[in-house]
Amino acid sequence: MKEKLRQLRMLSKDPLLFTIVIIIFVSVILFILYPLVKVITVSVVADGRFTAANLIKVVSSWHLRQAFFNSILMGLLTASLGSLVGFIFAFTVTRTNIPLKKFFNIIAIIPIISPPFIGALAIIMLFGNNGFITSTLLGLFNTKIYGIRGLLFAQIVTFFPVAYINLKGVLESISPTLEDAAMDLGGSRFKVFRKVTLPLAVPGIASSMLILFIETLADFGNPLILAGSRFPILSVQAYLEITGMYNLPKGAAIALILLIPSLTAFFLQKYWVAKKQYVTITGKPTTSTIKLVSPAVKWLLFSLISFFALIIIMIYATIVWGAFANVWGSDNTLTLRHFAYVFGVGFESVKDTIIIAGLSTPISGFLGMVIAFLVVRKRFPGRQFIEVTSLLSFAVPGTVIGIGYILAFNSYPFLLTGTLAILMLNFIFRYIPVGIQSGIAVLRQIDPSIEEAAIDLGADARSTFRRITLPMMIPAFFSSLIYSFVRAMTAISAAIFLVSSRWNLMTVQIMSQVESGRLGAAAAFSLVLVLIILTAIFVIRNLLLYRYGKLGGTFLKI
Amino acid sequence: MSVTLKNITKIFTDPSNQAREVVAVKDVNLEIQEGEMVTFLGPSGCGKTTTLRIISGFETPTNGEVWISGTLVNEIPPNKRDTSMVFQSYAIFPHLSVSQNIGFGLELKGVKPKEIRRQVEEIMEVMTLTNLYNRRPDQLSGGQQQRVALARAIINRPKVLLFDEPLSNLDAKLRDQMRIEIRRIQQSFGITSIYVTHDQDEAMTVSDRIMVMKDGEVMQIGTPFEIYSRPANTFVADFIGRVNLIDAVVETVEPESISVVCGGGGEHRHKVITSWAGDFKKGDAARIVVRPESLRLSRMGDTAAGADGKATAAAEAASVSAATAEENGTARSEVPFLKGIIKRSVYLGPTVEYEIDVPDVKAQILAVTYNPVEEGFYRNGEEVGINFSSAASHLL
Repeated sequence: MKEKLRQLRMLSKDPLLFTIVIIIFVSVILFILYPLVKVITVSVVADGRFTAANLIKVVSSWHLRQAFFNSILMGLLTASLGSLVGFIFAFTVTRTNIPLKKFFNIIAIIPIISPPFIGALAIIMLFGNNGFITSTLLGLFNTKIYGIRGLLFAQIVTFFPVAYINLKGVLESISPTLEDAAMDLGGSRFKVFRKVTLPLAVPGIASSMLILFIETLADFGNPLILAGSRFPILSVQAYLEITGMYNLPKGAAIALILLIPSLTAFFLQKYWVAKKQYVTITGKPTTSTIKLVSPAVKWLLFSLISFFALIIIMIYATIVWGAFANVWGSDNTLTLRHFAYVFGVGFESVKDTIIIAGLSTPISGFLGMVIAFLVVRKRFPGRQFIEVTSLLSFAVPGTVIGIGYILAFNSYPFLLTGTLAILMLNFIFRYIPVGIQSGIAVLRQIDPSIEEAAIDLGADARSTFRRITLPMMIPAFFSSLIYSFVRAMTAISAAIFLVSSRWNLMTVQIMSQVESGRLGAAAAFSLVLVLIILTAIFVIRNLLLYRYGKLGGTFLKI
Repeated sequence: MSVTLKNITKIFTDPSNQAREVVAVKDVNLEIQEGEMVTFLGPSGCGKTTTLRIISGFETPTNGEVWISGTLVNEIPPNKRDTSMVFQSYAIFPHLSVSQNIGFGLELKGVKPKEIRRQVEEIMEVMTLTNLYNRRPDQLSGGQQQRVALARAIINRPKVLLFDEPLSNLDAKLRDQMRIEIRRIQQSFGITSIYVTHDQDEAMTVSDRIMVMKDGEVMQIGTPFEIYSRPANTFVADFIGRVNLIDAVVETVEPESISVVCGGGGEHRHKVITSWAGDFKKGDAARIVVRPESLRLSRMGDTAAGADGKATAAAEAASVSAATAEENGTARSEVPFLKGIIKRSVYLGPTVEYEIDVPDVKAQILAVTYNPVEEGFYRNGEEVGINFSSAASHLL
């Protein structure tokens, strides 16, 4: 307590720092914590008294119980199978000398910079009632792609890249000399893999499974398109309850139930699995050996990941083709009419999306670096609170956040519904944790005396941060800008609650095109969206290169 | 440009246990003259770096005052203090070129780019860094990085230059070279400097004065000669170089000298010059402090210093001329103060180190002899006489 008071006294001596800390503190409470509290209170409080009525309504509904089990089932299946695919990809890339490594790396990353429901869209176009493969090629008309099969396929395609990136880091940081040593001691290749490589990777695999579980549970786009009515999913049910039935308390109660497994997995990941990690993921990649895999296994792995890669290529080819085909499934003449639609009727939403993402990205990126800096380098009361709370919004499903926002900001003094501000604030505070985390990771590796040297040479706090700290954090700053932009462009689960006639988003447009069966327009929208993202990545990269010069650019490696 | 520390105390609270307080620096008083180079020397955790960081302003003292050239600077933040620091890790800005690093301080002061370029080039010349103007820091060797860090600090003409273990990341040979370089540059610029190190050789080489610290407290402040030959306590004696401490009792106190006896019997009597000793009375217990290289060894019961007195350890020893051996023999014929048995010897080239058991004083004594080629060796197990002059010894 004495120490806290001392820190507070020190803080008040630095007015700039003091103001920033207060602003961050208030925003974190207001825009992360308060909406969550609202979700809880609206679902369990009525007329100022505690009531379990809404929760009982949810639990006693067969349909919603089924939705809960389906969500958990999808979470578990996607977590296991997605991690398996991710592991095969990561293992093949890090432990063999197959050709086309770069190509596979790009293939595995593309789904991350696409809207999360592109897989679902492509599946409908290929396997749906008017699907190219089912209907045109095979002549089937009543396909059962809606439900668990289609959804599982879409979610694996959407989320395996996350596992891949995670596990690639894990496998790269397991020193190949350990495998060499085991082989030197007489272990067979398979035995070395089973007794050395795999056990060392287990915490990483567990961590990636938990992350995939959280993401799948929070997924909204894929189930909305593919789940169908006979396979209800919790996040979609909450949405339907609120937008279809206008039953806010019941929607909030569903969100609350969705929150429980998500948070459990999150805390498991953060406080249990993360501690068991044998190796730090941030460590320098060591040069891998290729001795662990026999030629036969190598080519088996190669064909496996080639197969996965083909599926992804097929998905994107479908989207491209669909965007130019006149009427998907029946009339394949090439046309630009879908693009005319996007840039005509749909242009408002393109413009809105770019404005919202373009405004929230720099704020989110910069604020993330500032918070990371404060958390690592400064001592003040509430420091840990800020770090943990900002991480929380990573774990909370977008649906829950979206519901929380409409509950929290629909009345005076926080009347924000329907405005640009509510979308921006939602994006900023949802996507800031990744920036904070990568900022913290980079800063912890930077010797604090470098910043002290700048101060010692006469720089004040602001110019030290601007001229020394931030340029050194460029890799984190860059990835956090890209991440914020991509997520803001592709967001759907929370945003769908917050859009209005004045401010609409492309993703929401795509959804409504799919719902009304205009697959060509949906594909054209998706294609434009991906192109905007690619352009933005290019622009951000070059802006940073220009701003921080060639020297700063040497840090810029993706 | 003097620096004065008055009653500097720094207490840290343990972040994991608020009740626990750690006294890092305790009541340090020091006055540093203009142009002087003072070293803070001590084992890790002795508070030397904390004291340095208090002077630079990165730590605020819990108690006490810091004065720089007649101004109380306690409330002045580090960026406004006229001090420049050379960091242990060099702290070179990795995203800036060599010249941008060196010119950083001038740029902040708003000096014109042309003038910055002139001054940077000038200092790079002095520091033998020419041709590295646009080089990136990660392309520099350790020694070059060290010089860039020094140039970056000096170019601002600070009132005080602070060195925080600047050479600990260099290899041994470069370290020896750089400390002479640092001393040369410090003297040629005449900048008041404070240097923190745990390496006593480094402290001896670069300092006008040394402040030895332990557990946050000052053990002794003095010139390298004083610290080495007149240590204020056994910690200093032991920390700086190697030392023999021989228990003794004060026998007589005279104006010029003090006589002590050791080992109980009257035969081990020794005189210490008074000006080298503290305040002692007859009958006081005392310890004779004597450095290994000040000991003179002599062969016992072998006045002739004949052929078998020569070492057999090395073939070269056999070539020692008879005349030299005889001369040595006579020199060693004084009555030994102590007698001991050679326990172990280590041949180091220029010197030989002997561990000698001295049963009379129940001690092991370390002796170093020079020039073994001409002086010869002693065998393990051989009995030797040990002598040292009153000038070379000190009482604690």
